[in-house]
This record gives sequence, C-alpha cells and structure tokens, in this order.
Amino acid sequence: MSLLRLASASLLNRWPVALLTALAIALSVTLLLGVERIRSGARDSFVGTVAGTDLIVGARGGALNLLLYSVFRIGNPTNNITWASYQDIAAHPDVAWIVPLSLGDSHFGFRVLGTNDDYFRHYRYRDGQPLRFAAGGPFTDLFDAVLGSEVAARLGYDLGREIVVAHGLGREGFARHDDKPFRVAGILERTGTPVDRTVHVSLEAIEAIHVDWQGGAPVPGRRVSAEAVRAMELRPRAVTAALVGLQSRLATFRVQRFVNEYRQEPLLAILPGATLQELWAILGTAEQALSAVTVMVVATALLGMVTMTLASLAERRREMAILRSVGASPRTILGLLTAEALLLGLAGTALGVLLLYGAQLALQPVIDSRYGLYLAIGAPSRRELAMLAGVVLAGTLAGLIPAWRAYRMSVADGMTVRT
Amino acid sequence: MAEAGAAIALDGVRFAWPGRGGFRLTVPHLAVARGERLLLVGPSGCGKSTLLNLLCGTLSPTAGRIALLGRELTGMAGPARDAFRAEHIGVIFQMFNLVPYLSVLDNVLLPLRFAPGRRARAAAAAGSAAAEAIRLLERLGLDRTKVRHEARAATLSVGQQQRVAAARALLGRPEIVVADEPTSSLDRAHQLSFLELLAQELAAGGGTLVMVSHDPSLAARFDRTLELPTVATIEPGLPAHT
Repeated sequence: MSLLRLASASLLNRWPVALLTALAIALSVTLLLGVERIRSGARDSFVGTVAGTDLIVGARGGALNLLLYSVFRIGNPTNNITWASYQDIAAHPDVAWIVPLSLGDSHFGFRVLGTNDDYFRHYRYRDGQPLRFAAGGPFTDLFDAVLGSEVAARLGYDLGREIVVAHGLGREGFARHDDKPFRVAGILERTGTPVDRTVHVSLEAIEAIHVDWQGGAPVPGRRVSAEAVRAMELRPRAVTAALVGLQSRLATFRVQRFVNEYRQEPLLAILPGATLQELWAILGTAEQALSAVTVMVVATALLGMVTMTLASLAERRREMAILRSVGASPRTILGLLTAEALLLGLAGTALGVLLLYGAQLALQPVIDSRYGLYLAIGAPSRRELAMLAGVVLAGTLAGLIPAWRAYRMSVADGMTVRT
Repeated sequence: MAEAGAAIALDGVRFAWPGRGGFRLTVPHLAVARGERLLLVGPSGCGKSTLLNLLCGTLSPTAGRIALLGRELTGMAGPARDAFRAEHIGVIFQMFNLVPYLSVLDNVLLPLRFAPGRRARAAAAAGSAAAEAIRLLERLGLDRTKVRHEARAATLSVGQQQRVAAARALLGRPEIVVADEPTSSLDRAHQLSFLELLAQELAAGGGTLVMVSHDPSLAARFDRTLELPTVATIEPGLPAHT
C-alpha cells in the first residue's frame, strides 16, 4: 500500500474536515487566479485595443490622458487639433495612413465618434484583426451611423433605425441634436474593445449637427434643417485626435519629433505601447497590493490546513503507534502527514480551478457588457500554472509543520500512547 | 551475556523516559528461546509496555544490550531497527489495534508495505499475500460469512478486531510475536479460543511468543511464565508510566 493511498484513506476517514479545508484552499485559489485573470485580461484588452497603431496624435497635454480619451474613451480631451495641422501630419511622407477621431457627443451614455471610412479600413485590434461588419456597411449618407456591437445589443437597434445624438457626454443628454437624426447603416462585429460601445458617424456629420450651434448650445434664431445642411460644404474645423500608421516602424521617432516640435500649434504624439507601460507602472502598486491580499488569503487557507492537522494529531497517536508497530519509521509518519498536505493542496487547487472556470462561464458576459473587460476562457497560462504549483508547494511545505510534530511524537512515544 | 541461538536476549538493559523525572526500568537479564511461548505477568505500572517497546526497537535503552534472533538490536540505526521490526516481529496491542480507516484486509496486509521478506513469504505460502491474509482471517474465525474483508476496521467488534490484529501479526510468519495484553478486553471463552488459535499458527511457523498480561490464570497456555517484577525493576517517576 503506497503512502499516498494511505494518506488518501486517512483524509477520506476525516472527510468533512478535509472537505472544508480543501474548500477553503479552493476559494483562495479561485480568488488568486481570478485576480490574475482580471489583471492579465485588462492588460490584454488594453494592448489589444491599440494593435497596429504606431502613433496617437492629440493636443499637447498628458500622454496618458491622450491615450485614455482617444482609444479607451476614458476622460476628456484638453483641446483639439486644427484640421490644417491634421492635414500637415497626413501629408508627412512617412505617414502611411491617418484616422481622425472627433469626440464630444454621445447617445444614451455611449460615446459618438466622428471619423471617416479609413477608420474601418485601418483600425486593428487584438492580434491585428480588422473591424468587420455584422450587418450593413460604412457611411454612404451624411447622416449614417455605424454602431458598435454592444450599442446595438443593449439598445436593441437594427439597421435603418433612426437615432438622435446628444451634445456632450451626459447619460441623459439634455441638449439633443434631434433636428438632425441619424440612420443606422452598419453594425460592427464584437471586438471586446471600446469600439463595441461607440456610435460612429462621419466627420462631416459632426460638422453638420453643430452647424447651428455655438459654445455648446444652439444659436438662438438660427436653425439649419437636415436637408439644408446637405447642400453646405462641411469641412471639419478640428479633430480631437488621430491614429497614425507609418510606412516603417523605423520612422516612428522621426514622425513623433515632427509632431512634438510642430510650430503652428502645441501637439503631442505618443507611442501607444510605451504609454501603456506608464499606465502599468501607475497601476502596478495597486496590482501588487491586490496580489498581496490574495496571497494572504491563500496563506490563511493553508494555515487553516496546518491548524486542522495539528489539532488532529493528539487523536491520531494510536494510529501512529500502530504504524510504528508494523515497521513504519518516524520518517514514514512524517511522509504520511506531508502526503496528506500534498493531497489536500492538490484537491483544493483542482477544485479552485474548477470554481474559477465555473465562475468565469457564469460571469463572463456580465463582466464583458458591464465593464467592457473580455476575460478569455482558456487553458491556464504558464504564469497561472506556476502560481498553482506554488500553492501546492506552499501547502506541502506548510504540511511539514504538523508532520514534523508527528515525527517527534512518534520518536518519543514508540508504540506507546502517552497521555 | 546473550545466549547463543536465543530468539530474544536482554543484558543489563536500562531505560529512562526523557523528562520523566526518575522513572527507570532495569532488566538485568532476560532470554527467550526460539519457538518458546513466554508469559510475562505483572500489575499495571510495572513497565510492561516500555519493555515491549524496547524489544521491538521503537525505544532505545539508555544502557545494555538487546539481541533478537542473534542480531544486536541496540547496535542498529533507527531505520535498520524499523526494517528489522517489520521483517521479524508481529505486534498485537491490548485494543484499538487497527488503523480505523483501512479495510480489514488492508490492515492485515499493512506490515508487508515495510517488509519485503515477509511479503515474499506470505505470497509463497498461498499464492499471493492477499490469499494468505484471507487464509489467516478464516483460520482465526473471520471468514467472509462473518466479516466483509473490505469493511472498514472501525466497524468490527473488539473481539473481531483482536483477531484481525492477530492475523496481521502472523502474516508472513515473523519469527517473534509480541502481544500486549491482547485478551484483556475479551471474555473468558473468547480469550481461550483466541490464544489457542494464536498458539497453533505460531507453532506451525516455529515463531516465538512474548505476551504480557496481568492475568496469571493464562499461564497454562504458555511454556514459561515470569513475574515481571522479578525480571525488571522499576523506579517510578512522575507521573508513573506503564
């Protein structure tokens, strides 16, 4: 009979306590891996959102702020870029493509993004995937809108649906452009990025709905109908930011310097990857604190296992005496209790992984729709496997505490049960 | 000096429990011949269990020599003593003899995990170690009509557990069987039948039996009976230990 079989029989004999101990370990493992998945999921999601973009250009300000408002629709821009400057950058010989981004309006809390067809052509997300249309297509009319998948799903919109955008970013949208409604012309496939939560319209449409507005409010006495605005020359005056793709990565710093030293207005060009590193550095402390808490939870669960085993030692002295009588050495006793800790650690860890996948299956759609965080359900990563191995190892090492005590007891007692 | 050819020989053995202020067991001389059935009788607290631990090598004397089957037990390192015990000694306790979470059969087979020689002997006797274990259980009155061999040991009566412990001690024919008041929890009829079966099985293998008991009426079943206080002297410590 192997030591592991003996250990498993011993644990089965005390199954209620063993089960509770394994459950405590399992919950701590679920928490540990859950936090890790959210951390890595958030990073992957952020990195995946800016795949394929070499530079982001905006008004001079904080690099992180530019990244957050232009790509992740978080926060607000400090200033705009004039259309002339935008065209200057577009004309730079190293620039392969440029996509304008104009933010400032919303629809039921979803950001409205003014752009052009290049957006659908050049924007890339996770692993360089292009945007695909689930229905319809890009803009063909001035008042066409293309919806992100979540906008369409949450609001129940379909092609041809008429929608009205509101001025500003408030959820209620009191100042509405209801005299110039849009028509849903396309719905994008899900991307797991902020694109899903965006209403896309053309840059010209942004100009069109603001043609009779000034300072964030309609100009009194000036009303330009949707039909009338179609006849106007709608040339954008400014954009919020621009995504830039270069002919060659080697030109990155040259174009960045060109933008940062642009004389006509103060501009800023950032490398998305480098700026994301700044974000990770800022978030790193919070991540470490969260990780420390989860590690403490695991340590508490393992401590519970040690306490349970230590508490059971007194009543197991007879069992050890019997084992000693049939030839078990004190080292075998030490091995038996260590094997029990190993089995508890393995069972707890396996159960924790199962709980994690169960929770992920149940909560993934909710987290995705509510927080825009897509947590991929896949095999454990190397880092996660290392963490799991660490938990099992830590549990086995913790098991050495009661095992050593049992070893000492078996040496001192022999086959006699001393009370 | 240990007698040549004796199964058990103790000379000038002294033992003191560490931290037990004053308790000392002294055995000037004790020899048990091979195949002999020896009954050691004595009251509680006379050092019976301590003496059995010394004989089995789970405790080491502070002075003196213990030789078993011609081999110096006191000269062996701990792991060697454990291996020697596993191969050559079967032990039966007073009660609570079995590992409660193992089946009847697994309890009987347990010593073989630590004793490859006994495993080979058990297998040679009946084709397999498990077959020999079942034969012993049946021989001791525990055939499958009375007890499921797969049942957990904790479900058995005290008398049945004692017989399972006897089967475990006899499996693979160890040369020495040490029993610590194995019949004290049985009624008279069961005591006698248990001892009869134990003696028969030992006789078949030529094994030596050393049994301690506080019941001198069992003497007729043994080759020799010794009063433990005449063999060993005790200086009681605080608290006293049996």
